[in-house]
Amino acid sequence: MTPLTLYEKLWRAHVVRQESDGTALIYIDRHLVHEVTSPQAFEGLRLAGRPLWRKNSILATADHNTPTTQQTVIADPVSRLQVATLDENCARYGLTEFPMGDPRQGIVHVIGPEQGATLPGMTVVCGDSHTSTHGAFAALAFGIGTSEVEHVMATQTLVARPSKTMRVLVEGQLSLGVTAKDVALAIIAHIGTAGGTGHAIEFAGAAIRGLSMEGRMTLCNMAIEAGARAGMVAVDQTTLDYLRDRPFAPRGQQWELAQTYWRTLCSDEGAVFDRQVALEAGAIEPLVTWGTSPEMVVSVGSRVPDPALEADPTRREGMLRALSYMGLTANMPITDIQIDKVFIGSCTNSRLEDLRAAAAILKGRRIAANIKLALAVPGSGLVKRAAEAEGLDHIFTAAGFEWRNPGCSMCLGMNDDRLSAGERCASTSNRNFEGRQGTGGRTHLVSPQMAAAAAVAGHFVDVRDYQKSCKST
Amino acid sequence: MRAFNAINGLVVPMDRSNVDTDAIIPKQFLKSIRRTGFGPNLFDAWRYLDEGQPEQDNSQRPLNPDFVLNQARYQGAEILLARKNFGCGSSREHAPWALEDFGIRALIAPSYADIFFNNCFKNGLLPIVLPETVVEGLFQEVLSQVGYRLHIDLLQQRVVTPSGVTHEFAVEEFRKYCLLNGLDEIGLTLRHADQIRAYEATRAHQEPWIFGVNS
Ligand code: SF4
Repeated sequence: MTPLTLYEKLWRAHVVRQESDGTALIYIDRHLVHEVTSPQAFEGLRLAGRPLWRKNSILATADHNTPTTQQTVIADPVSRLQVATLDENCARYGLTEFPMGDPRQGIVHVIGPEQGATLPGMTVVCGDSHTSTHGAFAALAFGIGTSEVEHVMATQTLVARPSKTMRVLVEGQLSLGVTAKDVALAIIAHIGTAGGTGHAIEFAGAAIRGLSMEGRMTLCNMAIEAGARAGMVAVDQTTLDYLRDRPFAPRGQQWELAQTYWRTLCSDEGAVFDRQVALEAGAIEPLVTWGTSPEMVVSVGSRVPDPALEADPTRREGMLRALSYMGLTANMPITDIQIDKVFIGSCTNSRLEDLRAAAAILKGRRIAANIKLALAVPGSGLVKRAAEAEGLDHIFTAAGFEWRNPGCSMCLGMNDDRLSAGERCASTSNRNFEGRQGTGGRTHLVSPQMAAAAAVAGHFVDVRDYQKSCKST
Repeated sequence: MRAFNAINGLVVPMDRSNVDTDAIIPKQFLKSIRRTGFGPNLFDAWRYLDEGQPEQDNSQRPLNPDFVLNQARYQGAEILLARKNFGCGSSREHAPWALEDFGIRALIAPSYADIFFNNCFKNGLLPIVLPETVVEGLFQEVLSQVGYRLHIDLLQQRVVTPSGVTHEFAVEEFRKYCLLNGLDEIGLTLRHADQIRAYEATRAHQEPWIFGVNS
């Protein structure tokens, strides 16, 4: 038998029908739904008088518009209506929804895995590009548009064409202070934001196997920032340990059956990838983005790059534009960049492990005087509760952070959490595009511990210096 | 998508060329979470004397008595007779959504803007192209006869006037097929519903937990 990649195994297992033009009808196992990209799809279904194909494939939650303050009613009427519409649609079709106020509500990409609704071997879709996150469980997970959302609701399938395969091997061991976020940024720096276009990326190697499920999710989450619609990691003991006893996960005999199958979800020895890239884990340092694309990233100890040294005129032009938008000068040390706000949250870095890592830096320290706002936004109600059980909320608030309710929050500012024009933010989210966190706002992407350290210093610092002093005290 | 076969519909004349999609549905209504409900705001700026806002109660708004859609004789119209380059401008799919929601099933014009033309087919609307001279003749008839109806038969690809004059029109075979059968991409996929069900049965046997069986 020809050895297969993980992607090929997942693809083949879901082909309902192969067309002669190369497209296939692919079966969708799990459909995650949020308020922004679903209303017209539900409406379309209703207009056509079509039933929903399989209700129990859907798990819905409101996350983009939800306030993170104690506010129980959304002030903005347009946002409020969008959230209410999701509630109505879920009620009408009898769908499982974690609405605002439900203790399990949260960012769709946090709650899927947390509930065990994302399982190995599944196809997982959502009207959201960061659906790639779920690939951490050896699932084939990717984002879709609103018309496709409707297509999945009505048919439980999608018309698709297989992707090319890419393996990113990260061998060796990550050094202290270096996280999955830094690995993700390092990969993007290496292959570029279009490097994965048309490909499904499998992350492999000792350093990836060494990551927790949270870390793998962070990595797969940012596969889309490398241009790949899907990212994935093979099943191992870490995967199984995470999933055992989750509400939607199989139990008893089913669990035994399931794990026997799941263990086959890895690329076979000798499987051929269309492209292979290798990185040495030990060479990765804590990273900070300086520009308006995730590939504009350097290690914290270096300087803002100089466009004058860039030979390619289009790239040089892009760098100049980014520096001007970001209000930075070439060659300035990254550690000289003063920040105004700090955001720890988003589907990239809002899980318990992320909050613990940030809290470890913040313990016994306070945010600098120049920090106008520091937000800690747990990814879900359950993450929040677990963090509180460990007293992390007290560490955050004692340090001067605001401890908020779960949601997308300042990742894109559809609710009230936003940057004002010119404000600079150390953010654990995934996109540093112009205006992403608020019109004119300036975003620097970093890991949770780097964000926490920057909050304390008031500017970027090498978190490893803090971690050394943590140890000695 | 609603299937289109044949209709015998009341005709409303829109006697202007280059009607753009911003006129068909102004931009403030695009904030909506819906694909329906745009009907009351179809041609909003022409139809009402005040400026419309989303979520407003349109029944309270002052109507422009001169606008053709507001005239009693055209109430319940299903066929929009239009001039050249209808639907130009922004690509908004809200334009065919608004026409459809209002009750329009077919359009007749000498030409349409490309994107709008495509969007119509995706939403069950039939945009018919007839020569400019024919369209001119239809305008004269509809303006002179109250209750003027046209018979449109998609299968036969013809428009028949009350006096029995027949105008044939062209339509792409695949589009015709989809429209006749009310098939959008979802409709096309649903032709394989049995195959999807058979696939599900196999998977449910192998991986029952995917189908909500937990223990
Ligand atoms: S946290 Fe940000 S990236 Fe993630 S789903 Fe929400 S808005 Fe999208």
